[in-house]
Amino acid sequence: MPRLSKRNPIDIAFSSITAIASISVILFIAGIFYVLITRSSLSIQRFGIIKFLISTDWDPVRESFGAATAIFGTVVTTTLSLMIAIPVAIGIAIFVTEVAPNFLKGPIGMAIELLAAIPSIIYGMWGLFTISPIMGNYIEPALQNSIGKLPLVGMLFQGTPMGIDLLTASIILSIMIIPFTASISRDSFNLTPAVVKESAYALGATKWEVVKDVVIPYSKLGVFGGIILSLGRALGETMAVAFVLGNNHRITTSLFDAAATITVTLANEFTEADTDIYLSSLFNLALVLFILSFITLAAAKLILLKSEKRHSR
Amino acid sequence: MTRERVRKIQSLVALSMSTLAAVFGLFWLVFILGDVLAHGMKALNLSLFTMDPAPPGVDGGGLRNAFVGQMMITVFATILGVPIGVLGGTFLAEYGRGTRLAMVISILSDIMVSVPSIVVGIFVYAILVRPFGHFNGWAGAVALSIIMIPVVLRTTEDMLSLVPWTLREAAFALGAPYYKVIIQVVYRGAATGILTGILLSIARVSGETAPLLFTSFNNSFFSTNMNEPISSLTVTIFQYAMGPYDDWHAQAWAASFMMTVFILILTITGRAVLKWRYRR
Repeated sequence: MPRLSKRNPIDIAFSSITAIASISVILFIAGIFYVLITRSSLSIQRFGIIKFLISTDWDPVRESFGAATAIFGTVVTTTLSLMIAIPVAIGIAIFVTEVAPNFLKGPIGMAIELLAAIPSIIYGMWGLFTISPIMGNYIEPALQNSIGKLPLVGMLFQGTPMGIDLLTASIILSIMIIPFTASISRDSFNLTPAVVKESAYALGATKWEVVKDVVIPYSKLGVFGGIILSLGRALGETMAVAFVLGNNHRITTSLFDAAATITVTLANEFTEADTDIYLSSLFNLALVLFILSFITLAAAKLILLKSEKRHSR
Repeated sequence: MTRERVRKIQSLVALSMSTLAAVFGLFWLVFILGDVLAHGMKALNLSLFTMDPAPPGVDGGGLRNAFVGQMMITVFATILGVPIGVLGGTFLAEYGRGTRLAMVISILSDIMVSVPSIVVGIFVYAILVRPFGHFNGWAGAVALSIIMIPVVLRTTEDMLSLVPWTLREAAFALGAPYYKVIIQVVYRGAATGILTGILLSIARVSGETAPLLFTSFNNSFFSTNMNEPISSLTVTIFQYAMGPYDDWHAQAWAASFMMTVFILILTITGRAVLKWRYRR
């Protein structure tokens, strides 16, 4: 019966349309790569790939550009914010899954997710008007007078505390990424089978021992994936840090100094770039950011997939 | 002290720490919302919605241009992004289900969801602003839709996968071709989920600033012309908050307040609907 095995022409058309629509995602990613590479070719030719990455110059007047200062700012704010966010996020996940009474689990989970829904520009503005004065007037002088007096560590707390600096930006960034890490950790914790936990309780384990020796080992891959995902988000966050970092292109040892990240540089200077080489260098910077975050996010996704596969077995 | 007591105290200390972490997280939510509420309410007035910006330094004026511009950019982004997202998600969950291509696209979409939005803005600048020589509203809408598509696509895929396979088989058994099964059975079963996903994706993009900075830019005059630079709330907030005038700061707070309320309402509604529809 050849007629029955033949596919309906409308069906063929519909399936092609859906296929094309889904392939658009590949086109966007390929297109972004292509555009960023071609647009930054001028800068790559002039400065070379390695030299651009390690040069600390960022001088529009002398037309000499390097990404090192921006990469430095990105790495410092990201690392610092993850250092603050990870313990808090895991604590929240433990609280929501194991400690909270049932009637609180939903509302608190929801509240944490609302924190993630607030747009980053609100975080940025709030940081500028509310957090930055608090940091500059109270917290940073206090830090300077206590830990700042210590040798070596004190180096991190030098300079005049203004509140527009690496520390403030990192704190705001950490508040932004806590919800991501917390909700992924919570989901991973929830995957631990009740039977396994119950067997540990039956052996006389305390709640903390169950969390420490059963839940966390069981879900560590998922939590790790969540952390890497947060890292990828933090790398590309723009507006939350743009307000409170000061866009200052230099490598500093003090957390109380203004700095620049890749994203902040792009946000502040992209529309002001007046020469071709300046614009091309900004495209080059965007390319660096795109590659960095793409690799990070891909790694996170693969880790999360692996952990899902492990649990579905 | 006996070993049991030590373990119990250890457990108590550790769990108290986790409770503190949760309080810490909630503290920021209350702090930021309270702050936006307090400052925003104070600055809120009718002229904010009915008047265009006064010249810099002059008191008064409103942000009518930004509200209208933001709405236009978001609406056009939705019109562009939603059909592509839903259809793409349909391919992943139906025609392409289980194929390597669908898996790759699904993973790439997940990555695209978190890709720095400022890079998307720069990409659109290169393809839609540079060639025309001026910033324009369409570029802003396209930038937002590029951010929206992967979100809608993944939600659609997930929601369609939740429709029981037996339902499709029942329709196949009646002799319906696949496209009819999808449109009349699968879409119907997943409609609530897909619509909610769209709602959440609108909430997501309407707070985006970075992709609009170099695409729709800003416009201090009232304009509905998408071929010209058009004002948006988010870029206006950025400009006003960084500006030197107290009046601007107040208006930035008021705009932030409106935006936060809008986004939180969308998000809460979306999540509540999903919970009601799928968790039971």
